[in-house]
Amino acid sequence: MFTFLVKRLVSGFVIVVIVSLAVFTLFFYGPKSPALELCRRDTNNRCGPTSPKLKLYEERLGYNNPMLSEYGKWAKGVAVGRTITIGATAYKCPAPCLGISYRDRTLVSDQLKDKFPVTLSLAVGASVLYLVIGVGTGVVAARRRGSKTDKLLVSSTLVFSSIPYYLVALLSMLTLTISSDIFPKVEYHSFLHNPLKWATGLLLVWLVLGIYGSTSYTRYARGSMIESLSEDYVRTARAKGLSNRAVVVGHALRSALVPVATIFGLDFAFLIGGTVFTEKIFQLEGIGKWGLDATYIKDLPVVQATSLVLAVAVVGANILVDILYSFLDPRVRLS
Amino acid sequence: MTTLMPSPTFGAGADGGPLLAVENLTVQFPTADGLVQAVSDLSYTVEQGKTLGIVGESGSGKSVSSMAVLGLHDAHSARIAGSIKVAGEEIVGADERTMRRLRGNTVAMIFQDALAALHPFKRIGKQLGEAYRVHHPDATKREARRRAIQMLDRVGIPQPDSRVDDFPHQFSGGMRQRAMIAMGLVNDPALLIADEPTTALDVTVQAQILDLLQDLQREFNSGIILITHDLGVVAEVADDVLVMYGGRGVEYGPCREILVHPQMPYTWGLLSSVPDVHADPNARMIPIPGNPPSLLDPPGGCPFHPRCAHVHKVPGDLCRTALPDLAPGPRGGGHLKRCHLVDPEQIYQAEVLPEIAPDLSEPGGEQ
Repeated sequence: MFTFLVKRLVSGFVIVVIVSLAVFTLFFYGPKSPALELCRRDTNNRCGPTSPKLKLYEERLGYNNPMLSEYGKWAKGVAVGRTITIGATAYKCPAPCLGISYRDRTLVSDQLKDKFPVTLSLAVGASVLYLVIGVGTGVVAARRRGSKTDKLLVSSTLVFSSIPYYLVALLSMLTLTISSDIFPKVEYHSFLHNPLKWATGLLLVWLVLGIYGSTSYTRYARGSMIESLSEDYVRTARAKGLSNRAVVVGHALRSALVPVATIFGLDFAFLIGGTVFTEKIFQLEGIGKWGLDATYIKDLPVVQATSLVLAVAVVGANILVDILYSFLDPRVRLS
Repeated sequence: MTTLMPSPTFGAGADGGPLLAVENLTVQFPTADGLVQAVSDLSYTVEQGKTLGIVGESGSGKSVSSMAVLGLHDAHSARIAGSIKVAGEEIVGADERTMRRLRGNTVAMIFQDALAALHPFKRIGKQLGEAYRVHHPDATKREARRRAIQMLDRVGIPQPDSRVDDFPHQFSGGMRQRAMIAMGLVNDPALLIADEPTTALDVTVQAQILDLLQDLQREFNSGIILITHDLGVVAEVADDVLVMYGGRGVEYGPCREILVHPQMPYTWGLLSSVPDVHADPNARMIPIPGNPPSLLDPPGGCPFHPRCAHVHKVPGDLCRTALPDLAPGPRGGGHLKRCHLVDPEQIYQAEVLPEIAPDLSEPGGEQ
């Protein structure tokens, strides 16, 4: 178990390094200079791709230095913090230093502290619905396999998931919160300040994101459940005289959940990495919208931070799923 | 060990009837391709303390008929007709509550392939304890665990108080089958159905498991149905034998009678297919030609006629046109056979036995 964990953490660390290096490379060798945004802001938009001012800004931001030495500086900042000087101004950036946003010259790590709880709230609410609605309907469909209920559930998930997600999100926002007030206005409140407002403000987003995402869980859980319902040990459970409920939940679902846990771990990681459409459409200031806006203006430190969050989430979720697996299935030994 | 009171449903003997009486049982499965006639018009009885061996090839309806005794067929996908009485209580058409009270309690089942039949994620002790507690709702978890250890000890699992916390994959094949038997017996069932309990095991373990079943039967006085395709197993433990073919009983009677004086060509075929280490090296093993019949579209007349070598001995094409009754043969003594042959005994002694057991067929060699 311990050696497994060490091995996985090391390989996970390598993956995170590769991802961040890739982002750096894109910015260093990309067609558009990342220094342009800062230069424009300082000169009231009189900074073009060819103006001499831009060269100065590129030099100040370190884009004239070798890429690897700049990456080294960034990595050192993440580990122990550093002082960043842009021109005459020096910014103190404590560890974990993710740099300074080119948009407003604030610390990226401070912004991350504001954005992350928004995305985390979305992810937690939506993923709970993935499991409750998705696995719930999947189990119902599997138990009545071939019946009208089954066909209705399966075909409705297919219809629903073939509509583009942004359309679903946009239409539900327009009809349910703007042209009527069936749902409360979508807005983010900190859970720590007011849990009730937190929940009501995000209710519609959770439902839209959760129901849309749950359709694949319905199909997945249905397949997994059909398989486990036909297992010999389910027949054994029935032959013991257990109630239907105990057989289905205690014996069949128990094993049907194992494969579901695998995709759930990855899905949760991707939700953490940023629900771009959702945050953009509902105007929620989370990681996804933050990263998207930063990409438009080549704000390297922010893009770097958002990709770091996604990479860490995916790597972390994979390790957690593997550990969870060994608890769910005693035949699995971690090594 | 058997200090528990017998359950009230355990009324065998009270009305003098048998522990299990199956009468004219028919099980059909409607499918997209047509009606599968898995079991047709099957009747047999099991007395308390006795063992019935049900023998036949795969797909002959052995398991399907026994699962009907536990009511394990899905009401939507199976059509069941006829009568199954457990200790006098009719269970065909009984509601789910009645069935749940019987399952695992009055009637328990041991499945083949214990690795697949035990839940891979649950500890052995938990699975046994669960079987106990479902019929003893007042028992605490601690009592259920004690009972599980006691049963594991009884079926010969070493160090039961530590092995009780193992998962099925940590047991060897023979130990898993023992644990399966322990689970079947945890509520002292009056009737135990063992569905090929030794098929997946090697021969030495097979013998141990059969001995164990017989010991436990003596101790608990349960009736046992032993489903198998192995006549050697039947010879060792059964009191009565039912030979099934194509979903029907084709020969039924006391074990010794059936094995020594078989009167149905299908039974001869089964006997010819059994290897015997003690046998004369000149003895031949003769496989039954062809395949078991389709249950979707069973052959007319006697279901065995397409594979039977003796059809020409019956006058008037009777085998192809008329289904023989399961009727008493010339030897009497409760020996029923479903065959048109007039004197099967003579054919067996003259034609079959010399081929498969030359030493037995010599004059005076019959035991």
